[in-house]
Amino acid sequence: MSAGGHDVAVLGVGMHPWGKWGRNFVEYGVAAARDALSDAGVDWRDIQFVAGGETVRNGYPGYVAAATFTQALGWNGARVASSYAACASGVTALETARAQILAGLVDVALVVGADTTPKGFLAPTAGERPDDPDWLRFRLLGATNPTYFALYARRRIDLYGATTDDFAAVKVKNARHGLTNPYARYRKEFTLDDVRNSPIVSDPLRLLEICATSDGAAAVVLSSVDYARSHAGGSPVRIRAVSTVTPTYPNTVIEMPNFATDSAASAPPPERGFRDSVAAAAYEQAGLGPEDLDLAEVYDLSTALELDWYENIGLCKQGEAERLLRDGQTTHGGSCVVNPSGGLACFGEAVPAQAIAQVCEVTWHLRGQAGERQVEGARCGLTINQGLFGHGSSVILST
Amino acid sequence: MAKKRVPAIEGWFTTGDTPSLLGTRGSESGSYFFPPQIAVSRDPNAVGEDYEPVELSREGSVWSYTTNHYAPPEPYVSPDPFVPYTVVAVELDTEKMVVLGQYEGDPEADGLSVGSRVELVEGILYEDDSTEYTVWMWRKAGA
Repeated sequence: MSAGGHDVAVLGVGMHPWGKWGRNFVEYGVAAARDALSDAGVDWRDIQFVAGGETVRNGYPGYVAAATFTQALGWNGARVASSYAACASGVTALETARAQILAGLVDVALVVGADTTPKGFLAPTAGERPDDPDWLRFRLLGATNPTYFALYARRRIDLYGATTDDFAAVKVKNARHGLTNPYARYRKEFTLDDVRNSPIVSDPLRLLEICATSDGAAAVVLSSVDYARSHAGGSPVRIRAVSTVTPTYPNTVIEMPNFATDSAASAPPPERGFRDSVAAAAYEQAGLGPEDLDLAEVYDLSTALELDWYENIGLCKQGEAERLLRDGQTTHGGSCVVNPSGGLACFGEAVPAQAIAQVCEVTWHLRGQAGERQVEGARCGLTINQGLFGHGSSVILST
Repeated sequence: MAKKRVPAIEGWFTTGDTPSLLGTRGSESGSYFFPPQIAVSRDPNAVGEDYEPVELSREGSVWSYTTNHYAPPEPYVSPDPFVPYTVVAVELDTEKMVVLGQYEGDPEADGLSVGSRVELVEGILYEDDSTEYTVWMWRKAGA
């Protein structure tokens, strides 16, 4: 395929502010969708395909999210598909829409994710479910999500000499980044002392270092490059790559919600670990590399996890992330600004919306519309995260 | 009267003074699997191979660990008042896999760090008036 043959255009983006609003998730999704349609200048009735990121905490309407949003926006006959891939749901939906466009089946599509979340830890589905590993890990181990984040964080300390202040510095950076972001839930500066003095949740991680859960919604209008040219003119931001790869056997890193890793007794682990492979697949498809990035939106479920991502996306070698952070390379003025939105530290997670929100943020920077948090001269950005049960999620966008 | 002791889950570990985790091993690939919940070999290089039940190594090295200071949501059964507990990820030498478990003991007093040797024990996960529900746990090797 010729260069650019995989590209689709981002015609419009929209978000509903993150928070704990306590309203029906459909309202947030519709608000984000309307913003994205208006930003795109596309009439809802012209949308041919709707992809929805599912929410599993809002009953049946959440499972059939794409149909739910389509009905709420007013039936227009569009084809629909709903995707669930835990934290990667948004990009799995986006990939479905992109594939429809690249296959030539539709010209213009809407991708929406929205959630209304309960208080506290994300809990497994209720009832007695002894066949469900997600239920069992809580029952038999008390292995909450922060437990897994903390296991990764501890390794950075013991293997690479990371300090808890390094982790805290990620929170301080992201809080500063998100201060003026109108969609962020938390717009407050934090000092190292604030983080040091917050209670320990899962040692070595403290309360201010673990992302909350939020209500929120994000939407994107995608089209073929040809449609974008004839419809909008100019040169819209393009999606250069989407990676939704799964692990390669044996996956030797313990991941939510598993009790154990694969065994490497019969075959050596793959050359690249799973998270590395998510980024590598995106770079390969885009024909770009980490040196091309001006910004990255990475999934900082915990402060320490952001440092892991620096290495996974190739900003530095393994064990060097702390130095990159200390040198200021991942904030404004550095080589690649990481989480200019403020990241999950400022948002809290709205599961099916979050990966789409990452794409919205990168789009604003590439258009020069990110206001006070604008990354100067941004031309290329990457989003990355990982969903429970082996879902990769990464998008590369460029001007 | 002494309480009854019952495994909190059937078929995942043997009980007693020297318990083992119960996994499976592929007959062709020699790859190991835990938990034994799904009766298939998941090695893509040996699709459809037979598998056999196997007791996993009782010792390993700490891959990482953490102590939780907040009560998790249900279905975890927390004592009242809540007691912090440690979860440890342990790398088994022969099986070349990492297995989670709760840690029996005080990780700080034991000087636990990545690489420390630990061994498998049967510990009490929760109890009611008549029964202690047990689960596999790790503790400092040779303790």
